[in-house]
Amino acid sequence: MAPPRSFFWSRRIFLTLLTGFVLVPVYVMVSSSLKPLADVTGEFHWVPSRLTIRPYIDIWSTIPLARYFVNSLIVAGAATVCSVVIAVFAAYAVSRYEFRGKRVFTVTVLSTQMFPGILFLLPLFLIYVNIGNATGIALFGSRGGLILTYLTFSLPFSIWMLIGYFDSVPRDLDEAALVDGCGPFGALLRVVVPAAIPGIVAVAVYAFMTAWGEVLFASVMTNDATRTLAVGLQGYSTLNNVYWNQIMAASLVVSVPVVAGFLLLQRYLVAGLTAGAVK
Amino acid sequence: MTTTAPAEAAVQQNPSGAAHPGPRRRPGRIRRIGLPYLLLLPALLLELLVHLVPMVIGIVMSFKELTQFYIRDWGTAPSSGLDNYRVSVDFDAPVGEALLHSFLVTVAFTLLSVGLCWLLGTAAALYLQDTFRGRGLLRALFLIPYALPVYAAVITWVFMFQHDNGLVNHVLHDQLHLTDKPSFWLIGDNSFWALLTVSVWKGWPFAFLIVMAGLQNIPGELYEAAALDGAGMWQQIRRITLPSLRPVNQVLLLVLFLWTFNDFNTPFVLFGKSAPEAADLISVHIYQASFVTWNFGTGSAMSVLLLLFLLVVTGLYLLLTSRGRKPADV
Repeated sequence: MAPPRSFFWSRRIFLTLLTGFVLVPVYVMVSSSLKPLADVTGEFHWVPSRLTIRPYIDIWSTIPLARYFVNSLIVAGAATVCSVVIAVFAAYAVSRYEFRGKRVFTVTVLSTQMFPGILFLLPLFLIYVNIGNATGIALFGSRGGLILTYLTFSLPFSIWMLIGYFDSVPRDLDEAALVDGCGPFGALLRVVVPAAIPGIVAVAVYAFMTAWGEVLFASVMTNDATRTLAVGLQGYSTLNNVYWNQIMAASLVVSVPVVAGFLLLQRYLVAGLTAGAVK
Repeated sequence: MTTTAPAEAAVQQNPSGAAHPGPRRRPGRIRRIGLPYLLLLPALLLELLVHLVPMVIGIVMSFKELTQFYIRDWGTAPSSGLDNYRVSVDFDAPVGEALLHSFLVTVAFTLLSVGLCWLLGTAAALYLQDTFRGRGLLRALFLIPYALPVYAAVITWVFMFQHDNGLVNHVLHDQLHLTDKPSFWLIGDNSFWALLTVSVWKGWPFAFLIVMAGLQNIPGELYEAAALDGAGMWQQIRRITLPSLRPVNQVLLLVLFLWTFNDFNTPFVLFGKSAPEAADLISVHIYQASFVTWNFGTGSAMSVLLLLFLLVVTGLYLLLTSRGRKPADV
């Protein structure tokens, strides 16, 4: 059945407007990153009068961008690995076994997702400061401390999504492995995990993206040495000048890896969301 | 702890495993009852560390007079009873009045943002449902706002909202002549609309993603049958697509609501530590009460109040939407 004519023109108008809305900021980011400073501090122009790659060279020396980049990479990477590994075990237990307290556990995990980050920020801040005072272990301001706080949002989400995903892997598969002499861990690692790779990739992508973009904990829990990109980028605003061209260039540089990764892996994310969130 | 007690029970019941009560699927197969707890142990420990302990401490903090003098050793801070709560909900005094204002702003902002995100996401997903040239490209483009790191995306909007050198004023004032003079977007009343724009721009692709996933699960036979019965395109969307998406939409709207309501990153990058009054979202408000004016006790009380509100809203929502569904679905 062919859709009515009205469908085609409404689709054309809607999609054109929406594409404009989506792309204008992207265009601003790209075009401004190629303008000399004088051009971004003056009146805005759609078409750059002069193009320069200078901002892309200067971003590395105006602030220690490379260090922030490495910090973000370590923190987001470690938070992702930790939450995925731990969530795989927990989700396997919930998906495959009946045990006392299962419902309490899943409800707790589900509900911590709705809590505002600010709720955990204050107590964690105090805990870290006090542990530091009492034992000399510097959790506050360290990458380890930040990784730990990032588990507040990545862990519940990972467990929640993976339970749904593991449920969609046929039980016959790992039961066959158990019959064939695999232990429960063997069945998990050799059968369930490989079958659930799309879901695990989805969870990892999501956890990495949120950790890479996180601002709240990063702005309180870091110091000069451990600052992540989320906070470090503010360094391009000085008393005298806001280096908008460099800010745009740096934003682009830190965005390209995540956006590329996301677009490459988004098929898995959609599949994971279908199995996990959208039952 | 939780892990040892069932493990002991498992050892005791091991010889008569078949007689063990409980809803296990195949009692003979799972010999070690402690196994699920062993698998859960790392998750349990971390949940304890990052969620339960901080929550308990947060609640304790809310009953203390916790100013900057006591941060180094917060255990010694004097108890203040319900004072922090009293101050927070005393809407005639400055602190309570500001909190109420911030709460109302947040509610209005959240409802508008979630509604718009849902509308845009659903419309885009429906329009992109059948194949046409350029569909794959559009799909990828539409996901860019969602994939961009929050601070990179929002900082671009900050640049666009600049008074003198921003794109927004250039278009509205210089090109379209809609305003008499360039407006301020990041201070004053306009800031609410600036925040809403950024939030919708960043958030709608998530709705798009979920609705697209939901659409894939609707069996094609439904449409074929409807087409045979003579149902038109719009009728099919109204009678088949939207009802079939109901469970998906229920989860989606709840998640969008919670994320938007709790959002800190967007307003914080857009406005900094203290947001303009018109766009003073509750997360930033609590942050400011705690880390700018250094009153952690009041900040904690506000957090607890916020949590109670979210629990009530979520509870009501689940109650209203779970009718006819098995309780196990949650």
